[in-house]
Amino acid sequence: MRFVDEFRDSDKARALAAKITSLCEPGRQYKLMEVCGGHTHTIYKHGLEDYLPEQITLVHGPGCPVCVIPMGRVDDAMALAAEPGVIMTSFGDMMRVPGSNGSFFDAKARGTDIRMVYSPLDALKIAKQNPDRRVVFMAIGFETTAPSTAMTVLRAASSGITNFSVFCNHVTIIPAIKAILDSPDLRLDGFIGPGHVSTVIGCRPYEFIARDYGKPVVVAGFEPLDILQSIYMLMLQLSRGESTVENQYSRVVPWDGNVTALKAIGQTMELRPYFEWRGLGFISHSALKIRDSYAAYDAELIFKVPGVRVADPKACQCGEVLKGVLKPWECKVFGTACTPETPIGTCMVSPEGACAAYYNYGRLTRTRVKEASRT
Amino acid sequence: MTGWIDRALEEHEQVEQVRRGSPQPAPGTVREEAVLERIDRTRRARPRVREDRITMSHGAGGKATQSLIEAIFLEAFRNPLLEPLEDGASLSVGDTRLALTTDSYVVSPLFFPGGNIGDLAVNGTVNDLSMTGATPLYLTAGFILEEGFPVEDLTTIVTSMAKAASDARVQIVTGDTKVVERGKADGCYINTAGIGLIEPDVNLGVAHARPGDMIMVSGPIGDHGVTIMLARGELDIEADVVSDTAALNGLVADLLDATTGIRALRDATRGGVATILNEIAKAADVGVLVSEDAIPVRTPVRGAAELLGIDPMYVACEGRMVVVVDETGAEPALAALRAHPLGAEAAVIGQVTAEPAGIVQLRTSFGGTRIVDLLVGDPLPRIC
Repeated sequence: MRFVDEFRDSDKARALAAKITSLCEPGRQYKLMEVCGGHTHTIYKHGLEDYLPEQITLVHGPGCPVCVIPMGRVDDAMALAAEPGVIMTSFGDMMRVPGSNGSFFDAKARGTDIRMVYSPLDALKIAKQNPDRRVVFMAIGFETTAPSTAMTVLRAASSGITNFSVFCNHVTIIPAIKAILDSPDLRLDGFIGPGHVSTVIGCRPYEFIARDYGKPVVVAGFEPLDILQSIYMLMLQLSRGESTVENQYSRVVPWDGNVTALKAIGQTMELRPYFEWRGLGFISHSALKIRDSYAAYDAELIFKVPGVRVADPKACQCGEVLKGVLKPWECKVFGTACTPETPIGTCMVSPEGACAAYYNYGRLTRTRVKEASRT
Repeated sequence: MTGWIDRALEEHEQVEQVRRGSPQPAPGTVREEAVLERIDRTRRARPRVREDRITMSHGAGGKATQSLIEAIFLEAFRNPLLEPLEDGASLSVGDTRLALTTDSYVVSPLFFPGGNIGDLAVNGTVNDLSMTGATPLYLTAGFILEEGFPVEDLTTIVTSMAKAASDARVQIVTGDTKVVERGKADGCYINTAGIGLIEPDVNLGVAHARPGDMIMVSGPIGDHGVTIMLARGELDIEADVVSDTAALNGLVADLLDATTGIRALRDATRGGVATILNEIAKAADVGVLVSEDAIPVRTPVRGAAELLGIDPMYVACEGRMVVVVDETGAEPALAALRAHPLGAEAAVIGQVTAEPAGIVQLRTSFGGTRIVDLLVGDPLPRIC
């Protein structure tokens, strides 16, 4: 299949892997963080780690939209969904995220009207089709999905739809990366930069990582060869003692981002003073809310949102996993109490979550792979 | 307030207590291998239904369905004939061995490219019988109709059923009709049951898989599921793909004639090929190793799956089967499949291994190795 198979060529992968291995200094361990959950998914789905020398460890980062939603926000959404006349809508990934009283799926089974949509525009369509109902879209995601929410709010405003609102949970990636860089738990050598987010924000916002923290950043695409090439580019910088921001995903990511998308976000949303991230706690200026000029579309103003902070279950170590301090399997409840069918933590829910990716695809050590090839 | 989490943690404690019997590792020395073994043990534990209510996942054919069947139905009905949980039961009546099966059809939409709920209801039950190695003979048909359902549509459906039955050389010999008030059903649901004859020397079952056996599929996978998904018109994607719904009894007869080495047959319906491979690994306590490059998937199906972020391995087929055959039978089996129009694109996709038991591994086209687990959640409800 064109535009897919070229990026999964195993001969090219072998050649890149050999170059990567040759750049490893003897005795040195390298820790590279892939910020984006989409990368984590690709890495596990294609078995990319099989190509890497043992000296290189990939650390999974916080860029998974569903993973960073704190339990309190899920409970708030449930409260919204239970308001009279409300149809709650959200992306499929959100449906299984556990709140303190179960997930959207459980609420749906109890009779709450919750519908899965593929785009916020679908939610707007539902609002148009159901003028006597109040349709709320639970918006999640980084700068990647924020523009589509923004465009939907603009569309609602221009077409005079009044029974539609957004429960805004959009977050921004830079404060999260900064929180990780400032965390004493972890020493990273470089970053595989988030590709989709960068199509919107461009590459400039990462420059402080290279300049102030001395770590190389390579913005990467989502096919396995993209990621392998980005690792090679990072290793090349590290071998030369350099730290700059490079763009491997130049076929999609413009250096300056997408100005139209940024304008739409700026027109409809503004930074919140602070926002709670699951496992990472409150981070200032790290999330977006609907601007006052579009207050008519802000579910948090239209409805009474409880806004109660709910502590994560004690046994759950999503925070450590999100920061890359723990490998998924190092979490106390991984795979026993917390599994994809009965997730306790968010990282086990989304296909972009490190725990789900590892449980579904990666539950294999090198010994196990060897055992299989022997028979 | 957090009742279900407490319950989950309680279970976790029970697993932990078993582990506490052995000496505790020092902090920071937890080995990945040890964690994986603990997970394997947890996965072998008796399944239970944690939810208070039925969710769509319970019907998706993946883990939740398995838990529901094993914890609720098997628990209540337990008997040696039910226990293998094959597609149909094998019964002895006097000297005769019979296969008996039943299946309900709730597909939405009722009409889709390549078929409708009628031929699906016949083919599905014929296939369930065929997978036990039986020659399907007689079917029943039960209809649940919603008040207001167009008679014309019903006629179309029933005509398709008649044609499918005649093509598959089975007769529909008894039936039942119920009508429910508008809004209490979605147009038309169909249940079919079937009975077939198993030859004395045929004894198939996924538990019979042994290391060294070869695994095949009878054709490209995922056509039906993707067709249904696109037929709903919710996605604004168009692709040139039609359902693969077909009766497999002719193909199975040719296959069983060609070799005595067939160990197991399964039609890859809900949960797709991935689910079948997991059932093999679990039932026979063996490993399964398949190669992504070897698995036939049509380009439009691959394309749609890529766009939607779903894996064709989990997408339902309604006229494709997975074949487990011993090493010596592999060549004649593949030849027999390919000689039949429904098996023209059959392929060997992998083999059964001794280790790691209970786990399905995939060699990716990219050249890595990963696990293929049971489906969790439901990307696509009401596929059949």
